[in-house]
Amino acid sequence: MTFRAKKVAVLAVATSFAFGNTAVAEPDLDAVLVINDELEMVTMVDPPAHLEGALDKVISGWHFRDAATRKLETDDFENPAFIHVEQGLTAWETVEGSEGESCASCHGSIEESMKGLRAVLPKVTADGELWSMENYINDCRENRMGAEPWGWNTGPMRDMTAAIALQSRGMPVNVAIDGPAQPYWEQGKELYYKRHGLLDLSCASCHEENNGNYIRADHLSQGQINGFPVYRLKQSNMISLHNRFFGCVRDTRAESYERGGPEFRALELYVASRGNGLSVEAPSVRN
Amino acid sequence: MRTLFALCVAATTAFPAILNAETAPTAVSFTEYGEVLESLTGVPGNPEEGYKAAVSRGTGNCVACHTAEGWSKEQFPGDVGPDLTGVATRHEAAQLRGILVNAKHTFPETVMPAFYNVSDLYRLGDGYTGKAAKSLDVTVMTAQQIEDILALLLTFTEE
Ligand code: HEC
Ligand code: HEC
Repeated sequence: MTFRAKKVAVLAVATSFAFGNTAVAEPDLDAVLVINDELEMVTMVDPPAHLEGALDKVISGWHFRDAATRKLETDDFENPAFIHVEQGLTAWETVEGSEGESCASCHGSIEESMKGLRAVLPKVTADGELWSMENYINDCRENRMGAEPWGWNTGPMRDMTAAIALQSRGMPVNVAIDGPAQPYWEQGKELYYKRHGLLDLSCASCHEENNGNYIRADHLSQGQINGFPVYRLKQSNMISLHNRFFGCVRDTRAESYERGGPEFRALELYVASRGNGLSVEAPSVRN
Repeated sequence: MRTLFALCVAATTAFPAILNAETAPTAVSFTEYGEVLESLTGVPGNPEEGYKAAVSRGTGNCVACHTAEGWSKEQFPGDVGPDLTGVATRHEAAQLRGILVNAKHTFPETVMPAFYNVSDLYRLGDGYTGKAAKSLDVTVMTAQQIEDILALLLTFTEE
């Protein structure tokens, strides 16, 4: 992969679209997401059975963004997330910590060893814990590399999750919700439907009942997570999933949950399962 | 747990409202149709103040969810709720007051927040910080702001 050459162009694009919040169109459901003219993504699917009719169609957040934002995601040279992917790929090869190891020295090529992982996370470990990608990354750093763990919402962590997620791009999201995952899934579902805060809103109030509507200038999507981590033009940066969750709960005027904590990991599993069948789109672009 | 809290509040007169002869949030009474018949303050509402409260994020933020000819100069109003143009021709004042205080008495399960209510809320935060609330006896708006927005809505008489 050769993203390096186009770095300057990418930066220019990012700034010129930073104020792109002027769309008035309904989600454009006829649009087709093809990446680099070759990889066609599944951005709309029939809902999984466990949704029990809660949504007619499962729709990627990509459809809800304006045409200029959508276009940025169709070409890796234009997609500003790729600066961060590149940093993640560099970190993959970098030796760090007391053991003299890099990710690559154990796992080899990221393209082969990490393919498919994004599509099935979070998942339950042999010890019965529900782990997100960040947990796996920090487990390697601490216990195999002898390196400091990265904070959940820090730049290096977001870059690495973007680089790893990219290896599953185009594959269908397919998280397990039965067996040992089931209690976590139930916990996440309860959280999803529980109204929070002084404004007394749940995730479902906005993303299930009102997707397609505008809340002030924001076009509400279904809050699907197949595009995470995303590059957000408004912040000119990568946004981790749990930071997005944090902000949405905060905006109900509630006490939010810890990024990386058990509540958000359970919520991540549940919300991922609502999008089973959508293509992994990470790293996507949002406004 | 919630009942206990409500009782505490009443007993300790934590609401300055009570001292000012304003109706405390826990003391508002609704008719079976969700109307609130009495003014919350006894002071007539001021539509200009109501406008400010309706369009700012920290208070009513009605524009987040409603369009209305009455605030057509505001940018990007949302459309989660119905257009409020002419709403005073559809609802009496008491009904509108009830919708503002706690719309769930009129529209069960609605996503419209209750603006003068402290009951049945979960995991209250400290404003928009994401941190835990410092006080649980907070309402989105004051009693007078409710009366002010009501006065504004009563000017929405377009046919
Ligand atoms: C007050 C309304 C509101 C509530 C409640 C809310 N959100 Fe959101 N959410 C938004 C808005 C506005 C956006 C930005 C536009 C969009 O992508 O939908 C957003 C975006 C998102 C996104 C990004 C989607 C993408 O494709 O980039 C996710 C994921 C998300 N929300 C999940 C949640 C979850 C989970 C909850 C509950 C814990 C929740 N939201 C509660 C308003 C809300
Ligand atoms: C988060 C979204 C939201 C916010 C914020 C909000 N509303 Fe609403 N409102 C709604 C919805 C949705 C309805 C429709 C009732 C239902 O759920 O069936 C509604 C209904 C109403 C109605 C009844 C309209 C009719 O034609 O019957 C009035 C009046 C109203 N709202 C006024 C306001 C005012 C004034 C504010 C601000 C102080 C406000 N709303 C804030 C979502 C909202």
